[in-house]
Amino acid sequence: MIHYEKFTLANGLRVIVHQDLSTPMAVMDIMYDVGARDEDPNRTGFAHLFEHLMFGGSVNIPDYDEPLQMAGGENNAYTTNDLTNYYISLPAENLETAFWLESDRMLSLAFGEKSLETQRKVVCEEFKEHYLTKPYGDVWHKMRELAYKVHPYRWMTIGKELSHIETARLEDVKNFFFKHYRPQNAVLVVAGNVTVEKVKALAEKWFGDIPPGEKYIRELPQEPEQQEARRLEIKANVPLDAFYKTWHIGNRLDQKYYITDLITDILSGGGSSRLYQSLVKEQKLFSNIDCSHFGSTENGLLSIEGKLVKGVRIEDAEKAVEAELDKVRNELVSRSELQKVKNKTESMIAFEDMSVMNRANSLAYYEILGDAAWMNFELQKYGMVTAEDIRRESRAIFREENSNTIYYLAEG
Amino acid sequence: MTIDRKQAPPIVDAVNFHLNLKPCQQFTLQNGVPVYAVDAGAEEVMLLEWVFFAGNSQEEQNLVAATTNFLLRNGTAKRTAFQINEHFEYYGAYLNRSCYNETATITLHCLTKHVAELLPVVKELITESTMPSEELAIYQQNMKQRLKVNLKKSDFVAGRLIDAYLYGEKHPYGKYSSAEEFDALERDQLLHFYNQYYTQGKLILFVAGKLPVNLESLLNQQFGDLPNQAVEVKQTALQPVTQKKFRITNDPNGVQGSIRIARSFPNRHHPDFLKVQVLNALFGGFFGSRLMSNIREDKGYTYGIHSFLHNHIQHSSWMVSTEAGKDVCEATIGEVYKEMKGLRDEPVGEEELLLVRNYLMGSILGDLDGPFQIIGRWKNIVLHGLTEQYFYDSIRTIKTISAEELQALAEKYLQPEEFFELVVI
Repeated sequence: MIHYEKFTLANGLRVIVHQDLSTPMAVMDIMYDVGARDEDPNRTGFAHLFEHLMFGGSVNIPDYDEPLQMAGGENNAYTTNDLTNYYISLPAENLETAFWLESDRMLSLAFGEKSLETQRKVVCEEFKEHYLTKPYGDVWHKMRELAYKVHPYRWMTIGKELSHIETARLEDVKNFFFKHYRPQNAVLVVAGNVTVEKVKALAEKWFGDIPPGEKYIRELPQEPEQQEARRLEIKANVPLDAFYKTWHIGNRLDQKYYITDLITDILSGGGSSRLYQSLVKEQKLFSNIDCSHFGSTENGLLSIEGKLVKGVRIEDAEKAVEAELDKVRNELVSRSELQKVKNKTESMIAFEDMSVMNRANSLAYYEILGDAAWMNFELQKYGMVTAEDIRRESRAIFREENSNTIYYLAEG
Repeated sequence: MTIDRKQAPPIVDAVNFHLNLKPCQQFTLQNGVPVYAVDAGAEEVMLLEWVFFAGNSQEEQNLVAATTNFLLRNGTAKRTAFQINEHFEYYGAYLNRSCYNETATITLHCLTKHVAELLPVVKELITESTMPSEELAIYQQNMKQRLKVNLKKSDFVAGRLIDAYLYGEKHPYGKYSSAEEFDALERDQLLHFYNQYYTQGKLILFVAGKLPVNLESLLNQQFGDLPNQAVEVKQTALQPVTQKKFRITNDPNGVQGSIRIARSFPNRHHPDFLKVQVLNALFGGFFGSRLMSNIREDKGYTYGIHSFLHNHIQHSSWMVSTEAGKDVCEATIGEVYKEMKGLRDEPVGEEELLLVRNYLMGSILGDLDGPFQIIGRWKNIVLHGLTEQYFYDSIRTIKTISAEELQALAEKYLQPEEFFELVVI
């Protein structure tokens, strides 16, 4: 049970305080309710590029990192298709430094041309490092385009193409900031060796006078239900054939999310999971195989991917995957197998909650989803899942007309 | 009330903190196996690590140590690989194993309430593993496939080559795998190695988290009767290559180069080691470092550039590592040398030195947070043959090292002709 207090400033900024006196540190986590899904289809990669620009100085503070390091702090940030998160960890004595820095960049950025120019290059190198130079590095770009025709999940957080980042203008940066980086669209979590009184006073002092801005109303085009199987074959200079298949699944707020999550654990959550045991160990068709899901806020994808053992025909490999899916569609999982994946979830949550930073991050995430209190009911929701649920959901998800398949084949 | 947003709030300089390494209980099992334990934390979880002197320094043929370590979990006299995995996973536990240069480990993360169910099976892995031929064959095939994919990645290739240049291809720190060597592995060699270095071998145990009250008797019951024979870690002479500069084309269509610039460096017992860690921070050890500020934040040549000292026991090296655009690789290397020169020519200013001190102190404070982190520090101290005093020496060094000392160290070590230089595209 994670204890916390929540209050809202007059400008709409939600503040959550989670005290843990066992640590000498304080953590500040600011989550903005904006991600790659909120981008213009012709300016993709922008939310993430913007995250980089948040470190290029704010209206009153020319350098973000240096004063924080001087206070003994560290920070980082990440962007997903759904949200953008900034987090700081520093000695609790110096908590006010975090308030000073974060409030100034919520107030306004410096919007320097030089910073934009440099970060454009840095992000292009990041794009190359992660998606262009690695074998199979473009597969998730292709898969998203295959599976989503309308919804903005059809592009990756890094962006659809390098040119979108290369042509970003300062004007776009400003508009994006004032549309999304407003107190009403953010959640501030302060955790660790802090008191509620002190956080209240500091939040008022530093964030209280930031104009609320307009509430961003998200109106994204919804993906129509897929009606027929989609398939794509890619030939590339890779050493091994690889198999990728996805199926549409529901959103994060549905109870079905917990069922789906356990399905992926049954299929590939470790050395005793079904796909690994059957396809890697017994039939020796794959050298590795993984099943996971995007964990996205809106309707997501469940994926199965693996590299084939040299000499195996990819059609045969796919049939073997289908045979395993037949089992979850037709037979009930045993009591002990269901208990196993629930136990695994329980311990995973316990390990995650060891770190104050993770707890702060989870509180912010659930608050953005709807209510920080949900953090404390996750385990209960997993506990409710039955063997019948697993079979019913497997039948609903693993339908050929709901699927997207990529054969990623080695040339020559 | 209006606030002056240009004015930074007052801070307590982290350099003034008194940092303590939380003590660790020490006891020995009946057979002399030392146990280091840190009982702390709010969650009902724990970590146990069995450290054997079964690293790749001990093997007579490449990959024997790593393969033996990998197959520990893949079958015992009583259970198949599947049954072993199922057992640990049923209790929501994570059982991992890793092979290093001097040591090889088994690591268990579990909920404290389940530890008694899990220890007997860990014991089985140490005394009754069978290394089945079929499991070995699957491992060989899958590792060869994985290697094939990795060899397409410039960063992977660069990482292998730079270590081979620094330490020599035959040295435990420099050798790397090949398909032929995977093929050459034989079950009998693995069983022999297993028996000598695990079943009979020397063991140290590290435990942390919310510990059960009967920990000592639990451990004695399962591990107190292992032979725990002395093991001498084999020493191999360094054989660095003579050529210093390398340019390798791995992928003719590559858009980035993996750059590694590295020099040999003594181990943690050398009086300069702790001081050079401060110099390293200044050079390329954190986000505010000179390399990062110049090459990423000013020039935009790379997503990230870092320098670090290898955490090896016998012998270390000092390395700069980055992936940069193909057309700016040479410019990046030029800037790295320029930053070395800057550190040699000019003493670091007060402000920047204070920044580095505060940053390092703050990050140690953060690192000491939580039982798993604390036991990690202790493990490093024990395995490197150091004492608790090393921790306090490192704090003192961070607090007191002067700009002149740092400049003298830069003059001594940051000499470009001492560095290997590698670009893999």
